[in-house]
Amino acid sequence: MHFRKQGGSNDMLNFSILERYIDSYLAGFYNTIQSSVLALIGSFVLGTVIAVFRIAPVKPLNWFGTAYVEFIRNIPLLLVVFFFYLGLPSLGITLDGFVCGTIGLAVYTSSFIAEAIRAGIMSVPKGQTEAALASGLTYLKTMRHIILPQAIKIVIPPLGNQFINLIKNSSILTVFAGFDLMYYGDIINTDTFDTFSTYIFVAMFYLLLTIPLSFAVVRIERRLARND
Amino acid sequence: MDFKGAYTTANLKFLLEGFYVTLEVAFIAIAISFVIGCVTGTLRYAKVPVLSQALAFEVELIRNLPLLLIIFFTRFALPEVGINLGTLYSSIVALAVFEAAMISEVVRSGLNSVDKGQIEAARSSGLNGARTLWHIVLPQGLRRMVPPLVSQFISLLKDTSLAVGIALPELMHNANIVVGHNYNSAIPILMVVAVMYFVVNYILSLVSRRLENRMA
Repeated sequence: MHFRKQGGSNDMLNFSILERYIDSYLAGFYNTIQSSVLALIGSFVLGTVIAVFRIAPVKPLNWFGTAYVEFIRNIPLLLVVFFFYLGLPSLGITLDGFVCGTIGLAVYTSSFIAEAIRAGIMSVPKGQTEAALASGLTYLKTMRHIILPQAIKIVIPPLGNQFINLIKNSSILTVFAGFDLMYYGDIINTDTFDTFSTYIFVAMFYLLLTIPLSFAVVRIERRLARND
Repeated sequence: MDFKGAYTTANLKFLLEGFYVTLEVAFIAIAISFVIGCVTGTLRYAKVPVLSQALAFEVELIRNLPLLLIIFFTRFALPEVGINLGTLYSSIVALAVFEAAMISEVVRSGLNSVDKGQIEAARSSGLNGARTLWHIVLPQGLRRMVPPLVSQFISLLKDTSLAVGIALPELMHNANIVVGHNYNSAIPILMVVAVMYFVVNYILSLVSRRLENRMA
């Protein structure tokens, strides 16, 4: 009697794994999308606030915004999540891996998005702000109705890139048992012992998300460049 | 929060040992990925038939995958096909392969940003393709590559923390162990770790800004 891999295949890639564990792959795929989308929304809101802090005519807010961006950008994402995962429990707050990971992703990514939004705001001519203020709009109203709508156009391509990064970075959820695609890959692997095939299929699911997004970002960049 | 229990000599020494591994792995991976990235980026720029397309495929594939997946794959899947690198070399190889793909893109777009008129002028002055690249395009392109290159190096240094997934004894791994002994020391320990990463990365970004200003 001789042993063969499950499904009777001697090929390098064992497709029966994909068939047998499709539910697990899809569950992880879904969680990865969910975490990335939630983190994108969170980081966009947080990033906008920080960007406005950085350019607001109030010195302490500037300092806070700059310190936030410089600090977060220069430490690893994993460390940001560790603060939530290991740090919060010592203050009496315990959150699960998925929540910690997603909050960490949002905080980390917000520092990059804040910089993109700031660049977008700076690209709007100063005269616009002056005109709006002179017409009697408050600073916040000027931001909301005049500056931000124009800035958003320049911010779209970097936002797209950040979303791709978020999808890839969400794989760190696996370190915190966050039930993302990588984590399910790990679970499937302990069942199949065919690490090679298991992770090739995990990679395939990531590419299913990131490749179309990369193409979309390049297209949007080209279109915006043409309009200039 | 237990500051006193956190900042013992033994703990700090253990963290520094981890930081040393982090810097070591990052430095080696930066050197390898820089060389590979420059070569592949230049080959793609030069549009060598077949080779350029193959590299484009490879770069796009790697860039669109999570680094953690590449690290796991190198450490746990490659041994199944007879390539067993161990923890340290798996970390270095995975980081180098991933960052080389990123650097390749930086180099390619840096070279592409050089004005086409310069190349035409060089060619019509009698320089061949290789000489045009070496004497005309590269010196001008390099200038524009410095800021994105340095930010890639910063990314790489931060990304070494992902090797925690395969138990490389780097800074995050050691920090996790220290915190595991005393959960009340979590925030003080993580703060020291953050300062370590921050100092090195911030210095790198200052150097980058300096170079950028000098070249402008």
